[in-house]
Amino acid sequence: MAEILEHGVERPEYLSLVNQQSMPRADLVDNHRDFHWITEKICGVLEKPTPRWWWVSFIVSSGMALFTVMGLTYLVSTGVGVWGLVSPINWGWAIVNFVFWIGIGHAGTLISAILCLLKQKWRTSINRPAEAMTIFAVMCAGLFPVFHIGRVWYAWWLFPLPNANGIWPNFRSPLEWDVFAVSTYFTVSVLFWYMGMIPDLATVRDRARQGVQKWRMYFYGILAMGWRASNRHWSNFEMAYLLLAGLSTPLVLSVHTIVSFDFAVSLLPGWHTTIFPPYFVAGAIFSGFAMVLTLMLPIRAVCGLHDLITMHHVENMCKIILATGSMVGYGYAMEFFMAWYSGNPYEGFAFINRAFGQYAWAYWIMITCNVISPQLFWFKRIRRNIALVWIICIFVNVGMWFERFVIVVTSLANDFLPSSWGYYSPTVVDIFTFFGTFGLFSSLFLLFVRFLPMMAIAEIKAVIPQGDPHHPAHKIND
Amino acid sequence: MHYALIAEFKTVLNVLDAAKRIRDEGFKNWDVLTPFPIHGLDAAMGLKRSKVPFFTFFGGLTGIITAILMVWYMNAYDYPLTVGGKPFFSPVFPFPVFYELTILLAAFGTFFGMFIVNKLPMHYHPVFEHKGFARVTDDHFWIVIESIDPKFEGERTKRFLEEIGGVDVTFLSNDGN
Repeated sequence: MAEILEHGVERPEYLSLVNQQSMPRADLVDNHRDFHWITEKICGVLEKPTPRWWWVSFIVSSGMALFTVMGLTYLVSTGVGVWGLVSPINWGWAIVNFVFWIGIGHAGTLISAILCLLKQKWRTSINRPAEAMTIFAVMCAGLFPVFHIGRVWYAWWLFPLPNANGIWPNFRSPLEWDVFAVSTYFTVSVLFWYMGMIPDLATVRDRARQGVQKWRMYFYGILAMGWRASNRHWSNFEMAYLLLAGLSTPLVLSVHTIVSFDFAVSLLPGWHTTIFPPYFVAGAIFSGFAMVLTLMLPIRAVCGLHDLITMHHVENMCKIILATGSMVGYGYAMEFFMAWYSGNPYEGFAFINRAFGQYAWAYWIMITCNVISPQLFWFKRIRRNIALVWIICIFVNVGMWFERFVIVVTSLANDFLPSSWGYYSPTVVDIFTFFGTFGLFSSLFLLFVRFLPMMAIAEIKAVIPQGDPHHPAHKIND
Repeated sequence: MHYALIAEFKTVLNVLDAAKRIRDEGFKNWDVLTPFPIHGLDAAMGLKRSKVPFFTFFGGLTGIITAILMVWYMNAYDYPLTVGGKPFFSPVFPFPVFYELTILLAAFGTFFGMFIVNKLPMHYHPVFEHKGFARVTDDHFWIVIESIDPKFEGERTKRFLEEIGGVDVTFLSNDGN
């Protein structure tokens, strides 16, 4: 029996032999939770009495953060000699740490901005904590360029402000571009994060009005700016959100590009290469997503957020880690190839030296952690095993720190002239200052989890079936 | 004198259909309160496109002009910086600075533009006094029709709201319920 379709064409009979595969989209919130459950779950984290795990983690983190405070105080009061810097390696752990932390921040903006533009609804349960991670990572990163300059009290000269010497910054320098890039990145991330939080702060405010602690009503009330959930306001809010996402996307791509220019515009073999901008950005996203998982998997476990951060979310993040990790691996291979293909003896040497010279140990840690470990995410069994995912993410974080270390230190230690060569070792001050930043980062993140709505309540509600007027099954509720 | 009528709606579809009816009736001073933005509600309310992009654009424009003037003044005019005989000013070398400052001021434009267009912060509004307000940022949907609307007719409008699916339709006064 021929069926006539729209244009007067007969429906081919073989179509009746075709079985349509069903590929249902994974639920973004498991167990068919409703709006009220979502509100209760997320607000519960900041309304219930502080759990013991929080206190223990906070005390440990702030203790660690003290290392950074002590390290930096000792540095400023004694002098730059307390770090391990020695000619020709005049950039050591400080710059490695700076690039490491900035890179980590990029995943947050990618989740918030780029996944928003790509209409990836699964971003809604991780975007708020990821953006918070960005802000705290950029704060940790910013410490290093400021303190590594030596005379820290002149750090304000980095900005184009009038000074007694009548000198202005050199806008040709990538170090100056960094000032603009990182400041812009921090500011825009804070604006985006805060603006996105306003409706959720209003939710917490409204719940606080019925509660006992009046300070909560005022605290969240002031921050919520009088938000009253009006759709006329939502209309402008959504437009502003989309615009900020659209602005943050080129921002995240440009910031790490500019950071890579710190190296790429120099002449050193191993640094002076056009692959750096995309390579750094891919690496940043790679390390950032690993850090998002490193943070979110434990929080998900202790706060019971399994229905909100589902296996689908974890798997998607693993896939992104796999993709960007493969790009980073490709970058390594290309660098090596180009070093040979260029015929430049210094460039060729730089790469042989990385693999077999005095820092070979660092190089091979980097290769194992960055090239081999993410490839494990091809296997679904591994992607769905939370403990393994977390361990692989730790490896990725370590590997990405070593990547920056290998790039910075090997090119400086073994440059053009063998008589200039040297070896760099960090001092105790370097080491403690760096590990302290993990404490600083964790403390800030714990404060965020305790006092602010840690997930995007309104955004999650908008993506569940009940919130979608066009979804066929939305009438589950009421 | 009452401020407005407020009605609750139970589901997303209910509130969307009700909004279309109210828009078609010709009401102008009314609003829908929802815990999250509902897809299609802007069109259902007959809202025009948001004005926030103007602020973004002017912010970005200010950013790039400021950046160009700043770099020209500082590196080419006030204290020309000699770097290898290169031109004192060119659009190429400060490009990252231009780019970042454009984005920064566009972001400020967007952020403050959103507040300006929404007339926020406004920490007092009659709807806050409604006893059910706490649930609007949780899981309930409300429609508010203000009494200053030319088509507002008190009891008739109340019945209209009930007819289109509103429950618990009440009058909201200016100084508390």
